[in-house]
Amino acid sequence: MSVLPMLAQAEPPLVFPTVDYGAIGPMLIVLGAACISVLVEALAPRHQRWSIQVALTLATLAGAGIALVGYAGGSPEPTTTLAGTLAVDQPTLFLWGTLLALGLGSILLIADRSVEPGGQFVSTGPEASGSRAAEGSGAGAVGTTTVTQMQTEVFPLTLFALGGMMAFCAANDLLTMFVALEVLSLPLYLMCGLARRRRLLSQEAAVKYFLLGAFASAFFLYGLALLFGYAGSVKLSAISVAAAGTDRSDTLLLGGLALLVVGLLFKASVGPFHAWTPDVYQGAPTPVTAFMAACTKVAAFGAILRVLTVGFGTIRWEWRGVLWAVAVASMVIGAVIGLTQTDVKRMIAYSSIAHAGFILLGAIAITPQGLSGTLFYLLAYGFTTLAIFGVVSLVRTADGEATHLSQWAGLAKRSPLVAGVMAFLLLALAGLPLTSGFTAKFAVFSAALSDGMAPLVVVALVASAVAAFFYLRVIVLMYFSEPAPDGPTVVLPGAFTTAAITIGVLVTLLLGILPAVALDWAAGGTFVS
Amino acid sequence: MNLLLLSLLVLPFVGALAVAPLRNSAVAARRVALLFALAELALAVVTWFSYSVATAATQRFQLEFDVTWIPSFGTRFSLGVDGIALVLIALTAVIVPVVMGFSWEEKLPEGRSVAGFFALLLGTQSLLVGVFAATDVFLFYVFFEAMLVPMYFMIGRFGGPKRQYAAVKFFLYSLLGGLIMLAAVIGLYVASADRLPAGTFRWADLQAIAGQIPESTQILLFLGFFLAFAIKAPLVPFHTWLPDAAAEAPVGAGVLLVGVLDKVGIFGFLRYCLPLFPAASKTLAPLVLTLAVIGILYGALLAVMQTDMKRFVAYTSIAHFGFIALGVFAFSTQAQSGAALYMVNHGITTGMLFLVVGMLIARGNSRLVTDYGGVAKIAPVLAGTFLLAGLASLALPGTNSFVSEFLVLIGSFPREPVFTTLATIGIIFAALYVLWIYQRTMTGPLRGDGVLGGVAGVGGGAGPGTATAPSIVAERVRTRFKDLSGREIAVLTPLIVLILVLGFYPAPVLDVIDPSVVSTMNEVGLTDPVGGIR
Repeated sequence: MSVLPMLAQAEPPLVFPTVDYGAIGPMLIVLGAACISVLVEALAPRHQRWSIQVALTLATLAGAGIALVGYAGGSPEPTTTLAGTLAVDQPTLFLWGTLLALGLGSILLIADRSVEPGGQFVSTGPEASGSRAAEGSGAGAVGTTTVTQMQTEVFPLTLFALGGMMAFCAANDLLTMFVALEVLSLPLYLMCGLARRRRLLSQEAAVKYFLLGAFASAFFLYGLALLFGYAGSVKLSAISVAAAGTDRSDTLLLGGLALLVVGLLFKASVGPFHAWTPDVYQGAPTPVTAFMAACTKVAAFGAILRVLTVGFGTIRWEWRGVLWAVAVASMVIGAVIGLTQTDVKRMIAYSSIAHAGFILLGAIAITPQGLSGTLFYLLAYGFTTLAIFGVVSLVRTADGEATHLSQWAGLAKRSPLVAGVMAFLLLALAGLPLTSGFTAKFAVFSAALSDGMAPLVVVALVASAVAAFFYLRVIVLMYFSEPAPDGPTVVLPGAFTTAAITIGVLVTLLLGILPAVALDWAAGGTFVS
Repeated sequence: MNLLLLSLLVLPFVGALAVAPLRNSAVAARRVALLFALAELALAVVTWFSYSVATAATQRFQLEFDVTWIPSFGTRFSLGVDGIALVLIALTAVIVPVVMGFSWEEKLPEGRSVAGFFALLLGTQSLLVGVFAATDVFLFYVFFEAMLVPMYFMIGRFGGPKRQYAAVKFFLYSLLGGLIMLAAVIGLYVASADRLPAGTFRWADLQAIAGQIPESTQILLFLGFFLAFAIKAPLVPFHTWLPDAAAEAPVGAGVLLVGVLDKVGIFGFLRYCLPLFPAASKTLAPLVLTLAVIGILYGALLAVMQTDMKRFVAYTSIAHFGFIALGVFAFSTQAQSGAALYMVNHGITTGMLFLVVGMLIARGNSRLVTDYGGVAKIAPVLAGTFLLAGLASLALPGTNSFVSEFLVLIGSFPREPVFTTLATIGIIFAALYVLWIYQRTMTGPLRGDGVLGGVAGVGGGAGPGTATAPSIVAERVRTRFKDLSGREIAVLTPLIVLILVLGFYPAPVLDVIDPSVVSTMNEVGLTDPVGGIR
């Protein structure tokens, strides 16, 4: 047979690709520390695990941050490494910085053991923790024997998810992107099911997220396969080149793109692929919800930006109309259904769907302005939403968090500071000036308008006005209503949660008043192909 | 670089931060707040005299302050005033201490501290200064929207029984208008980026290219700005939030809302709609004039029919705003000067009317006209000030409003005879509503249903007034219904002085306003139909 000699002839020597360790240092640090963290879990004595894990995780994030600043400080040229599978350019660096900062805030929330004695995570398996009792109304402390201990596996899981997110938004070919997608998703599925209170809700959230997430991954993979069939390569740049020459089947290209984008939009919780978001946000432990809402969104939109710009920028007139419709759907769904919510966490979930629509406006502009606006929006939104979930975790009854809106009535009287912080953050989500929400909206909307998307901007503004109503409703409840006699109390947060909320509020304020520096960073450069 | 305007902006803000923590000491909170308000007033006086009328004709803005802010948006933190902005800043500086004097001992809803209220007042004042002093469209927008927040909290936290509804309605109305304006603001930026080397929000640059923007675009942008300002002003049919907000707001906040905050809408017409979109302004003027005249008649008619005294004031304001809008869009120097002066005068007279009504309500425990009667017999000073405020409101010659209303009408007539003639009917209604409400509340047999517990849930605990003989009613009312206190008279005095002084000698204010009005007319590109102003 003639194949055999050909094979023998074509076999190249296996060359290890060159690795720019400086460029991908931050990501390697996070992923490496995640492995160490697993070892800690296996080897360290139980009573020391929490302290070791917290110290390790914080040191990791600090170290990765320093590595990132050290690398970015030398104003490096945009580069690709690991045989072109990872692109380290200005947007990547910005996204990494955002992810690390938001990851730090999330870790602070996750590590806190003062709000919920022993932390928000179960320390033993679901059977032993009395899940049925926790569902009941009058249940007291659950799992009293293990109350001071905590599921420390959540730390390596968080680090793996964070590492996956960093790889996800730097991935320059679709296969790497898929692997990163799984690396970031699998730990998240697990983390959703770890809530100490309301076990059933939490487990339901985890299963729902896992099933729907698996579907989304399958969509992504199918799209990847079609695109490989079209372009003969999984590299974004190769797909872009192939798409520019048009003698191949557009069905493969557009079908592949559609499936791929469905997978990505799912992760970013853009409507109409949002169905999991409210349930998962509600059921997951609040620190994990914060982590998902802030970091997953950043990573997913980072990937969407890169795929659309680098891979499909040349054919943007083909897909643009569809994404217009998606953006409108997301904004409308988020704003309108958000109106009917009675649970704070679900309400923020719908708000995040509306925000995803706003972010998508910037992402589909495919202009430098749109890129920088989107990046800035992700940064601003991440910190605001992180702080909001931090506040949500503080308002509690004996049964755990008081997430029903009616329980928030008159909060300003009991705890003026917490109510003030919450009101400020909600106004930021509503996009009032002097908060980061306004600056971010402005950046994205002006980019969209300069790119000829005036009708979408109008829809976005109307959606903002509608969404403002449900943010206002919380403020009305907190400030203008009388507190119920058996209402929730606001626990005094420990240092970790206080730090996380403070960071979130300060960044929200700072990006509202003096956003120039962050905007310049976001506008530092475009994607390398 | 002149720091005066920046200090005017920052001082009340610092005051708000200083007052807010004094939750447990009402006395200290009041004193500190008043101190800041008076210092702001002093600073405003200094600013007034630093403004040079002589150079105003050639220099569009004075006392300018300008630093980089967000370069990538093309916006700078730049402040500056023209005559119109200056008088409005001065008006704010006068009204705020007066409002504080009024609210000195006001009964707040349970659990609310006076510190919070005064801090919100000062915060609003700071943002108002920002709105009037901004010379960058983006900066203006920021202040314009941010202003909602303290006012929202003032209504929602310190207001009447339906305060939640009123506060949310106010906020959503304004926010919707503001967001549509945001679209127009961004649109303006995009339009400037097409015509200038780089996009900008600088007012002067945008005005310079105003003529190059095609009229169809101008109309869209104009409508975006117009809607926000028409809601804020408010013009009929965008007015429905005002009666609710004014009725439910605490009197102090209501004065600030009707007296100053609503002027932002008209100020926006004069500063933004006209100079930035001259062609659209001319094309759409008939539409605005129609709304203005409808507002005059409709507002006046509803004012006649009101039984709630705070809503009454709100509807008289809507009628007055119609006059002001008529003056602005009649495009003559006289009419626009009149409109600008009207803004100041309306702030003073309606502010005073609102305060006197507030004083009456504080005594009678009721907002209903029908719960009062013969008040003049037991509280002559209160009745006298009520009459004066009412007469100033109907623009009796000798009061300040007469000058401005007359200027508006005489200036509008040559270009818009039909609209002006229709508007004069409003004057008759004005006489009707003012005199009728005076007659019903202040004259006639003594009543005091509110005082005596005729209104459920309030009152002194005595039985219903109907069950008791008239003489006993009179006696009871007399003992509980005190005339104005020294503090209240002191609060009203500055306003009374201003009403009379500006009624006979409006020149100091007009001199400041005129050059800026002339500039505005030039920017629109129209000349007066019948020669100059004097």
